[in-house]
Amino acid sequence: MLAKFIFMRFVKALAVLLAVTVFSFILVRAAPGDPATVLAGEQGAVDAEFLDRVRARYGLDRPLPEQLVLYVSRVATLDFGVSYRFNRPVIDLIAERLPATLILTMSAFLIALVAGVAMGVFSARHVGKWQDLAITMMALLFFALPLFWIGLMGILVFSVWLGWLPAFGMAQLGSSWGKPGYVLDVLHHLILPATTLALVYLATYARMTRSSILEVMNLDFVRSARAKGLPQRRIWTHHILKNAILPIITLASLQAGHLVGGAVLTETVFAWPGIGRLAFDALLQRDYNLLLAVFIIASALVVLFNFIADILYSVVDPRIESVS
Amino acid sequence: MSALATFSRNKAGMAGAIVLLLFTLIAVFADFISPGDPWRMAGMPNLPPFQGGFLFGTDQLGRDVAAGVVHGARVSLVVGLVSTLFSIVVGVVVGSVAGYFSGFVDDVLMRVTELFQTIPSFMLAIVLVAIFSPSLVSIICAIAVVSWPPVARLVRAEFLSLRTRDFVKAARVGGHSHLNIIFRQILPNTLSPVIVMASLMVATAILLESGLSFLGLGDGNYMSWGFMVGAGRTMIRNAWWLSTIPGLAIFLTVLALNLFGQGLSDLMNPRLARRRQG
Repeated sequence: MLAKFIFMRFVKALAVLLAVTVFSFILVRAAPGDPATVLAGEQGAVDAEFLDRVRARYGLDRPLPEQLVLYVSRVATLDFGVSYRFNRPVIDLIAERLPATLILTMSAFLIALVAGVAMGVFSARHVGKWQDLAITMMALLFFALPLFWIGLMGILVFSVWLGWLPAFGMAQLGSSWGKPGYVLDVLHHLILPATTLALVYLATYARMTRSSILEVMNLDFVRSARAKGLPQRRIWTHHILKNAILPIITLASLQAGHLVGGAVLTETVFAWPGIGRLAFDALLQRDYNLLLAVFIIASALVVLFNFIADILYSVVDPRIESVS
Repeated sequence: MSALATFSRNKAGMAGAIVLLLFTLIAVFADFISPGDPWRMAGMPNLPPFQGGFLFGTDQLGRDVAAGVVHGARVSLVVGLVSTLFSIVVGVVVGSVAGYFSGFVDDVLMRVTELFQTIPSFMLAIVLVAIFSPSLVSIICAIAVVSWPPVARLVRAEFLSLRTRDFVKAARVGGHSHLNIIFRQILPNTLSPVIVMASLMVATAILLESGLSFLGLGDGNYMSWGFMVGAGRTMIRNAWWLSTIPGLAIFLTVLALNLFGQGLSDLMNPRLARRRQG
């Protein structure tokens, strides 16, 4: 049953990726002007001979359906062409920067999840009191923060004024993997961007956890647990939290896309060398082929996160298999 | 008690409404409050707030930051409102058709909706605006394209629960067309949650717009808050006010919209409000 469920979800993930690829193909064709200039990554200033080479390479002289098949099969083999600005294969550029984005988004996710759920639990345990109100207000404030702005404010306060944290980059100049202190160095650089990216989602998790707990808390099985004299701690961990966690997994899955999108802004603000920053560089240089490749890979990342969340959900809640 | 009186007792909602009204007035009367082009050089460059007669100081090109904030309110509010309107229309059409007809149509439409929910929305908006070149129209369309799925899901759920009610059956027996039943009979009953959602969506749309123009994907003809934050970014060490003040304007507007939306939600759904308060 579980295998079948996972297989179905896998097929669905592939279908989404196919749709995203077709979608970006349509975008290349729908872009104003010659699609060859879009794929060449150089709007305007390119010579005719070069464009002919691009046309031949992407089969732009052939009928549309054939072009689509060619495009999809290229993407399927991770062939996104060459970025003429960077003068390197697009997939190399992305592969090089993917780890930085994963580190950033995963840390932000963990911070948001742990702190958000903790705040939600705290809030629910003090429902109606000032602690609850304070956390609700905090969530409201966090929720309205423009990500790029709060990142800049973080730099202003913690780097410029206090001098505690580095303002940009992933490591000190000259520091690299394997050198002593590298991991600590990266962690030091990670604090500001990860916290920035986490803030907004933290608010969402806090609110969701609070309302989810309040809902579960009054259900019959919790009352039974109380009535048969189970210790408070056990009721919280085994009865309330275990059930209240389900909507939180759904939320985490739904927010994966926002997290990856938010990485573009965060990485731009902090010059974090991930694919979000790469997307920004592609924008600056009008390298739309590179931009679309980042878009496809970012979508793939989200699909992967959703896939993991689906499996996790079915493990935590065995009922889900029969429903879906 | 009238709805207005009930709403006015909601302090947070009222605070939000007042701040919103203020920003709306600023946007509408921008040309009176701060006459002239906000892009022009108005004084010495990099003046801190309150110096040289500039409330919020000037930027590296001597532009008046206060004038930028005043005129930027226009872009934020117009983009927020119009793109939300578009996404509501798309979401309502998709959601009501899916919920009303159910079956195969519903399946197809919901798969499309899910697809749009999976694609990282901000990335998609960036790609759309970049490829169709940045302008107010492309920004509004891009935000609408990424924002409609939650509306569709909400409307669909409402339709699914309403379509078997007696008044719908009566309308069907009475020979009303599908179009009539969808738009005249069922849709009006789904409006209140849609309105609440719309007010929160304006906030999200403003955040999206500011993020886009921060990245340089704004309409170059109009001053916008996100652009100002982005332009002041490299000056953060020397001129903190350049990024701080316009960002604060975004933050306040979004916060006000959220408070207002929450107030509306409490007003239209008092039972839920009481439960939320524990």
